[in-house]
Amino acid sequence: MKIQWLGALSAGAVALAALAAPKAEADELRIGFLMPVTGPLAQIATDSINGFKMYLDDHKGQFHGATVKFIVEDTQAKPATAVLKAEKLIKQDQVQMLVGGVLASTGYALAPVSTREKVIYIASIPASDNLTQRDADKYPYFARTSWTSSQPSHPFGQWACENGIKKVVTIAADYAFGYEVVGGFQRTFEACGGKIVQKMWPPINLADYAPYISTIKTDADAVFILPVGAGALTLPRQLAAAGIIPKMRLIGSGTSFDEFVLPQLGDEVIGAVSPLHYSAALETPENEAFVKEYRTKFGKVPSYFSENNFTTALLFDTVMGQTGGKWPGSKEFLDLLVKTKVTAPRGPVSFDDLRNPIQNIYIRKVEKKKMFGYPNDELWNTVIKTYPSVSQFWTFDRAEYLKQPPYTRDYPPCKYCE
Amino acid sequence: MRHRGRVLAALAVMLAVAVVTPHTTPFLLLLVTRILILAILAMSLDLLLGFTGIASLGHAAFLGLGAYLTAILAVRYNFGLGWDFGLVILFGSLLGAATAAVFGLFALRASGVYFLMITLALSQCVWGLAYRWDTLTGGDNGLNLPGRPVLGPIQLGDDTAYFYLVLAFFALSLLVLYVLVESPFGRSLVGIREHEVRMRILGYNTWLHKYIAFVISGAFGGLAGVLWAQVSGQVSPDNVTLTTSVDALLMVVLGGPGTLLGGVLGAAIVLFLREYLSTLVPWWQYVLGSVYVLTIVYLPDGVLGTLRRRRRRARAAPALGLALQPSRGKELKINEGGIE
Amino acid sequence: MDAKFWLLQAFNGISYGALLFLLGSGLSLIFGVMRIVNLAHGSYFLLGSYVGLTVIWTTGSWLLAIPVAALAIAVLGLMMERVFLRAVGSDPLRQVLLTFGFALLFQQAALDIWGGNNLELSPPAVLMQSIVVAGLHLPVYRIFMLALAIAIGLALWLGLDRTRAGATVRATVDDAQMARGVGIDTSRVSMLIFGLGALLAGLGGVIGGAFLGVYPGLDFDILPLAFAVVIIGGMGSLGGAAIGAVVVGLIDNFGKVLFPQISYFTLYAPLVLLLAVRPTGLFGRE
Repeated sequence: MKIQWLGALSAGAVALAALAAPKAEADELRIGFLMPVTGPLAQIATDSINGFKMYLDDHKGQFHGATVKFIVEDTQAKPATAVLKAEKLIKQDQVQMLVGGVLASTGYALAPVSTREKVIYIASIPASDNLTQRDADKYPYFARTSWTSSQPSHPFGQWACENGIKKVVTIAADYAFGYEVVGGFQRTFEACGGKIVQKMWPPINLADYAPYISTIKTDADAVFILPVGAGALTLPRQLAAAGIIPKMRLIGSGTSFDEFVLPQLGDEVIGAVSPLHYSAALETPENEAFVKEYRTKFGKVPSYFSENNFTTALLFDTVMGQTGGKWPGSKEFLDLLVKTKVTAPRGPVSFDDLRNPIQNIYIRKVEKKKMFGYPNDELWNTVIKTYPSVSQFWTFDRAEYLKQPPYTRDYPPCKYCE
Repeated sequence: MRHRGRVLAALAVMLAVAVVTPHTTPFLLLLVTRILILAILAMSLDLLLGFTGIASLGHAAFLGLGAYLTAILAVRYNFGLGWDFGLVILFGSLLGAATAAVFGLFALRASGVYFLMITLALSQCVWGLAYRWDTLTGGDNGLNLPGRPVLGPIQLGDDTAYFYLVLAFFALSLLVLYVLVESPFGRSLVGIREHEVRMRILGYNTWLHKYIAFVISGAFGGLAGVLWAQVSGQVSPDNVTLTTSVDALLMVVLGGPGTLLGGVLGAAIVLFLREYLSTLVPWWQYVLGSVYVLTIVYLPDGVLGTLRRRRRRARAAPALGLALQPSRGKELKINEGGIE
Repeated sequence: MDAKFWLLQAFNGISYGALLFLLGSGLSLIFGVMRIVNLAHGSYFLLGSYVGLTVIWTTGSWLLAIPVAALAIAVLGLMMERVFLRAVGSDPLRQVLLTFGFALLFQQAALDIWGGNNLELSPPAVLMQSIVVAGLHLPVYRIFMLALAIAIGLALWLGLDRTRAGATVRATVDDAQMARGVGIDTSRVSMLIFGLGALLAGLGGVIGGAFLGVYPGLDFDILPLAFAVVIIGGMGSLGGAAIGAVVVGLIDNFGKVLFPQISYFTLYAPLVLLLAVRPTGLFGRE
């Protein structure tokens, strides 16, 4: 009996030893891509992977001579799994870079891994402000090619003041992303004379918005929405059914009306205005080419998930161009990345020294029309105003900004709430 | 002692694992560490399920509470980063026990399906708390721990060192639980599982027995939570979801309820499928779902339980495995199909 | 906060309860007859929505989607019951794990077949309007859900109370052994009831899908709601399920309106308290 055990153990040990890590090769760029491939966020993962891969395929899998080995691992949208997979990618697959994540919690879980293992982590989607603000010095190997949640909100508050909106009611999902988007908007909106008269935070897995909709103060000019998941489809519809819109203007976060959900939205969102660092309706040659190629390959209009990852690949390629296709080491790569400027489908992208993009913020309005030669009338986010070269701090003095607390449910406080 | 063979075999396996694992891949080392931690959780659930016959759908709550306590102490109070980690482990276990003490008062009024439902509702309340009280828990962002503790010259940040720590606690938990289930208390639990009314007639305070089992299982759940927080370096409300609770149940049932070690096997299989297979193929969830289904249909006693039954039939001798044995005079039936 | 406000909240709560009844009635039936804890019930709902979508995409008819989806899910439920649940017997733990395993399989399959986008199940435009009654905007769709829930509830109750088949079911629920003693094929009854429960879930999926949206994860989002209805109403009691649904709908709605800080607990805390006091629910029997 004992011999049987020992036999089994030896066999097991041999098998395990055979799984030892491979040796790394020169002139190969190994990128670990962490995405929630299974679970409710699977479509976002697919769009992100497609964006990155499209760039790679266009360049025959090479960044200026370096062969790219692109390894996708499933985080299942769980931070603990993301950490485990990241460790696997670093220790077993010897990747030089980790890219991806979707939720803020994944971004927060992976950033310390990058510091601990001294491997670069590029967040191509996670938007939580503090990763490149108050927590930035904890994560010297972290950079973002996406955005901060409040980055588009700051100019949007100003735009709202300048466009006849004086009183706003907010209905935003009760989580950090919601707090930061609304917080940024509130700050600039109230600084130029606007008033937020009601702030509501429905829980994230909410089915029925009726309790919130029924208590909206209807004397406000606009309702600012930030639903999450299926709420993106049902909240506008329930608002319309309750007669709130179009009586009040519909505004919201860029993610409420972006190309990920727009094809499924109904006519009730026509005229909705939102800010984001991208719109598929951007009429520049780079974007038109990007949208057309993406739509032909994948059958849908690309959203910022796809664009962010495409541009990440573009940025990597540009950096590798500066090193002649050789991997320069983590710190050096990051230094070069931060100094890089590119013209992406979203427009010009550069970086501030906290490693967050400086980019255009577009104020978009949902319109039903034909674009880029496509035959049917569809919903598009027409760009009605561009704020160029917006950083994560807007026009604020950085030191002053960082002294303020981060945006939360209760900050900025609702001074005008009755 | 009739179990000497089994005990020595278990020790041999643990020794082998201790020696071999750090020399395999780094990923496997991390995976095995996580398996051992969840094995503690599974064994604590086995105490409830396999031995006492109570199925809880809220066990993740104890894991989550232990994990959050560790994170909050480390992040907000800079506590638990050195030798005081030992205190954190103690506090985590106590918190698990205390929570189980409170939950038990509500939950043990019910049984069967209702017990499942009320434990589910309770753990969902814990989730809601973790989510909502974001000034304390970090809300949906979760909390990042500042790094594993440093015990004098031992850096637990080194995965191998942490692995040995976890292995030590696993061995300790296994020992304590084994002693417990072999004790008269443990045997009364089995009696309650088999026929509660009879036990009551015999004068046992069955409610108290169940309650104590619940509290003890909560304590070990909390312990597992503390270790879990440090293995991944972060906690989030995700640790307290229904899926985690059901996975824990599956680990016990798959491995074999009432065998203690079955929990280890179950944890290994489930984690292997979730975390290892998922690196190889995208359709791993089909495999996991099928494992659930096939286990229930074909292996109702789990892997170890079925092996045990086969051996018993072959030998017509008392039960093998570290758990049940007939006591003097009275013959206890082997668990045939789970709880009633 | 005038009378109009309270009326609107009550209307919202009750119509939400109607939706919950559509979710929970099937589950209540299944548990009542077979004592089965079906963690795949949310999946039935979700698959009903997806099948309904496919019908709408291919035929353009929302009306057709309802019976087709309901029947499809009924068949699925019957197959599951026949082949698997039968083997598992009455052990709630094994039922939980078996049905959860199926829920995982269904979830992945739905993702592979229909993709991961949030989809919209659009009923005919006439149902998407609002009528204005006494200055209150009442969405027609909520009224429709309410009417449908009442109709189904009545049909079920009449069926159970007035027909021979219903009597057979009630006999099986009350005392399966006696029922067998008088010659009732209880296993057949069980199977049909499970099918009926699945049918109701599929139906709920098409109707509710228009309200909730159709997306991966919907299955696990609504499962606790369905269980809340059944638990509060008491498993096996149809009237209890109806009352449970209305109670859950009202508590949830008013809780969120009046105490938004505890919105995560407006569902589960009452459940815990109720179960602690009356472990078999308001109307359950054990």
